[in-house]
Amino acid sequence: MKVLMKGNEALAEAAIRAGCRLFFGYPITPQNEIPEYLARRMPEVGGTFLQAESEVAAINMVYGAAGTGQRVMTSSSGPGISLKQEGISFLAGAELPCVIVNMMRGGPGLGSIQASQSDYFQATKGGGHGDYRIIVLAPGSVQELADMTVWAFELAEKYTTPVMILGDGTMGQMMEPVDLDTIPIKTGHSEFPWATTGCKDRPKRIINSLYLDATMLERHNQKLQRKYRLISEELPRAEAYHTDDAELVLVAFGTAARIARGAVDQGRANGLRLGLVRPITLWPFPGEFLLAATTGARKLLVVEMNTGQMVEDVRLVVEGRIPVHFHGRCGGMLPTVKDILAQIEEMGV
Amino acid sequence: MLHSVILAGFGGQGVLLAGQLIAYAGMIEGKHVAWIPSYGPEMRGGTAHCGVSVSDDPIGSPVVEEPGALLAFNLPSLEKFEGKVTQGGLVIYNASLIKRGVYRKDVVGYPLLANELAVDAGNPRGTNMVMLGAYLMLSGATGIGSIRQALEKIFASKGPEVVEINMKALLMGWRAVQGVVQKGA
Repeated sequence: MKVLMKGNEALAEAAIRAGCRLFFGYPITPQNEIPEYLARRMPEVGGTFLQAESEVAAINMVYGAAGTGQRVMTSSSGPGISLKQEGISFLAGAELPCVIVNMMRGGPGLGSIQASQSDYFQATKGGGHGDYRIIVLAPGSVQELADMTVWAFELAEKYTTPVMILGDGTMGQMMEPVDLDTIPIKTGHSEFPWATTGCKDRPKRIINSLYLDATMLERHNQKLQRKYRLISEELPRAEAYHTDDAELVLVAFGTAARIARGAVDQGRANGLRLGLVRPITLWPFPGEFLLAATTGARKLLVVEMNTGQMVEDVRLVVEGRIPVHFHGRCGGMLPTVKDILAQIEEMGV
Repeated sequence: MLHSVILAGFGGQGVLLAGQLIAYAGMIEGKHVAWIPSYGPEMRGGTAHCGVSVSDDPIGSPVVEEPGALLAFNLPSLEKFEGKVTQGGLVIYNASLIKRGVYRKDVVGYPLLANELAVDAGNPRGTNMVMLGAYLMLSGATGIGSIRQALEKIFASKGPEVVEINMKALLMGWRAVQGVVQKGA
């Protein structure tokens, strides 16, 4: 049955259905409905909601809980996610599964509380110190936010890695119809050969990211890179819209992709052959998909709610084969269909 | 067909709920819907607002930049959003609190004594429902039957009386603009 829910609340309920029984966080707008909802729901399902004394504490609680093999989540926005980077690096180094939600707001610094996509670099290029990546998913609707939350937990366990859901303030605050009945309810948690669950009658297990011996750390890094390579082969996902005959293909994710889709529809109504590629995984970036969907295109236009971040990955993929243009708004401002079409007219299709 | 509307007033006038009812009713009718609140900083006595889109097609930006209609519950809301309404759009304003008309000549203004009508309906807190009723009469964004279903869902725990007093206020608003000659334009 469809219900009308805020993105933040749908995500939180989906986490409960996915078997997440541990949440550690610290408040920040525009994601506060996630902790608010879970503060009520966790006790109802025998889980633990804990408002930590800081984001740094929250992510380290996630680190500890993830080590036991239980499904655990934290959520924040821009400044709070920056504070969590040290812990995310530790989680990646120790190869622990967890889900981290970033409902992006405008930066840098405290910035604003309005929606933005300015944390793309931070999310997809590592974010913390060390040679690591985390899986980054970009939802495009409230339904997708809910479905993606379940997927995020599955991916985190499959690849023993932190997974980030990269939404934005608009996505978290808006209400849309969502069907949560389609999400199967998971109870209990899986057994993992690495989980520290008490070593009575079995050998000790150690979770650590410290390798003082250089040869050991190099070997550990190479192992991590093999995993990242596998993820890059198996996971990239994107959606194509009217790309078959498109002369100009827009590339956008999340909220910007919804607006870009509106521009494609309106442009097509005016006889322009426009298409859209919407990356759903931001890391791994769906490069091969993008190449295949733009073989007939003469120009690309990347639309983002920042000053140009994903556009760099798009340029890396097309390697100068076709010109890549950029349209961005930032600071909490959103692109509009009108402005996108005006730029397309200026560029000439 | 896209119906986009901004509902704006001060906190406590029920603008967010009225907006949710439109979205809920649109969903019941199988339409694409999106609702988004203002969540920015606002001074005391300032405006709270939300944007609602009801469409046959998937909704792009949920943020309503150029609404087809404005429901202004107080003067600051009219001042803030009158300029954003699309040409030929609707501006329904609460004449109980707003003692001026609509400045723009290219929109259609409807004054509504919403506070008094709510009192007449026996529901002094039903200003939002009066405004909503007028909007549905003038726009056809959703049917009244689906608003009733939405109310039944949202107020399930509060009992049928709450649904009835809200429907009564809604119909007061609906009838208040029924047959009224357009002002402005």
